Amino acid sequence: MDSLANFNPFDNLLCILLGISFTVWFTLLLVFIIVPAIFGVSFGIRQLYMKTLLKIFEWATHRIERGAKDNNHLLYKPYSNAIIAKEPTSLEEEIKEIRRSGSNRDLDHASEFEMSDIFYFCRQGVESIMDDEVTKRFSAEELESWNLLTRSNYNFQHISLRLTVLWGLGVVIRYGFLLPLRVTLAFTGVGLLVVLTSIIGFLPNGRMKNFLSEQVHLMCYRICVRALTAIITYHDSENKPKNGGICVANHTSPIDVIILASDGCYAMVGQIHGGLMGVIQKSMVKACPHIWFERSEVKDRHLVAKRLSDHVEDKTKLPILIFPEGTCINNTSVMMFKKGSFEIGSTVYPVAIKYDPRFGDAFWNSSQFGMVNYLLRMMSSWAIVCSVWYLPPMTREEGEDAVQFANRVKAAIARQGGLVDLLWDGGLKRGKVKDTFKEEQQKLYSKMLVGTQEDRSRS
Amino acid sequence: MGSTNSTLSKIPNVEELMQETGFTPAHIVRLYDRFEALDKEKTGHLRPQDFGAINRLAMNPIGDRIIGAFFSPGQETVDFHSFVRILAHFRPADKKRPKDPSMPEPVNSRTSKLKFAFQLYDQDKDGKISRAELLQVLRSMLEMQVTEEQLESIADRTIQEADLDKDDAISFEEFRKSLEKVNIDHKMSIRFLR
Repeated sequence: MDSLANFNPFDNLLCILLGISFTVWFTLLLVFIIVPAIFGVSFGIRQLYMKTLLKIFEWATHRIERGAKDNNHLLYKPYSNAIIAKEPTSLEEEIKEIRRSGSNRDLDHASEFEMSDIFYFCRQGVESIMDDEVTKRFSAEELESWNLLTRSNYNFQHISLRLTVLWGLGVVIRYGFLLPLRVTLAFTGVGLLVVLTSIIGFLPNGRMKNFLSEQVHLMCYRICVRALTAIITYHDSENKPKNGGICVANHTSPIDVIILASDGCYAMVGQIHGGLMGVIQKSMVKACPHIWFERSEVKDRHLVAKRLSDHVEDKTKLPILIFPEGTCINNTSVMMFKKGSFEIGSTVYPVAIKYDPRFGDAFWNSSQFGMVNYLLRMMSSWAIVCSVWYLPPMTREEGEDAVQFANRVKAAIARQGGLVDLLWDGGLKRGKVKDTFKEEQQKLYSKMLVGTQEDRSRS
Repeated sequence: MGSTNSTLSKIPNVEELMQETGFTPAHIVRLYDRFEALDKEKTGHLRPQDFGAINRLAMNPIGDRIIGAFFSPGQETVDFHSFVRILAHFRPADKKRPKDPSMPEPVNSRTSKLKFAFQLYDQDKDGKISRAELLQVLRSMLEMQVTEEQLESIADRTIQEADLDKDDAISFEEFRKSLEKVNIDHKMSIRFLR
């Protein structure tokens, strides 16, 4: 009897405490995160958070360097640019040089082929084995300092006790506090999106519907942005894409969509998926016209092009958002843009997105992680910090074909975002290089040899 | 940043490897990172396909031969040690080393580099570059750009000039002699940064 009496007050107390903390929790969430998301205002909490984190990282890096010196460990900076010295000479120059040093004859009657010519190709080949531009682009960018996440490859928490403690604290904060918070927000955001767009779908088409649909989309994306603690800086908003245009951006992760769509309204393009994604897609399209393709339709380029151009011609419809690289690149460079979106002939609004890797690596290596795994990683990083630049609109010029136009746009995006402009096809991540490139090399070499033969026959 | 010691301790027999090849610890670590980056499936070995994934290499007219040089006959995979040993051929020669005939030839000497290049020509490893083998190399390097007759005349001329004992094939000594004046060390060396 006695023990029973003792339990009850405690139970009650516990329930009351739990009830109060939940209420407090939700109120805070509502006031500080969801309400600002609805209205698009910001308290600046995230900026403050970012500054604090940076100071902590600096301190951590300092300690690592000190700790390494004390223990006489050899530290080396990872090869962020190159491990070997490459001399940028052309095929012709190199081979001539090799021949010049080895030849007994004078150059007027240089023979067409020397055994030593193979040295050039041999060295090029081995250089590319040691270090090449493309493979580097597909692994996460290596950092110069440590951001207290062990996933940045190197196990530093063992160097000093203080650092270990800090790292442990970081883990607790990230997984115990930030992750649940973010997951809650994510569910809220997605749930609201599905529910509200479905409701709006019942309204008759018209200005009211469009206005409401825009507001709902923006609000839900903003909640998702906060769910990732994404701190985004938008530059040059006067160049924001307008109706009837195509917005083109470089692609690092699926989060790119959320980042762009929280600042403007776009019509999305993509394949219809099953499961949760499919539900979201179907409800989104009730509120405003997005372009979703069945799996079978994706292969038919004409169908795709037709649907896109039909959409673009209707000026009441929102600008289309497309990522022409076709795959996620690790945000140090921009790869070849597929020409499909550039053939349509409407105004292209380029957008450059650059992530700051110090806080969390947003790159999605789809061969390494699945989507859910990836999202969990994102939500347990410190933050996603990125900059978005809206570039001035571009149109295809006279006499320019789709490929040249695509390259021009790509160069502009690469320049603005400080990314390296590479000619390689992003599809190379999975496939093999086309034979045309090998032919180029052969052409260059044969020009040297056959060229001299022509000279001979002339003289 | 990484601690060199922790990476080095992952590699078995690394002291021996450094002795044999002359690479410094920092070099070995970089090459190990590179090896791991190429070894996408983390098997600890590289197969020809892993090399084939390097685009610049696929674009190289003699890319397949270079890949072949890493694999000993009959072997289908190459481990980190063999990888490093082959790459050691391309280390710049040590100028200060005294010529000691009792010691084995260092892997990055002029002769070793020449042997490596010779091997690219001499695919059947019989110690001679036959006319057919020479034609094959020429074909890889030139493919569609010249006619078969042109290829044959180039091959004939080359053999004529280099073949001293007139056996219609180029032995290693003849190869070496014809390249006497070429600065092999410069052309077949790759410098590491830092």
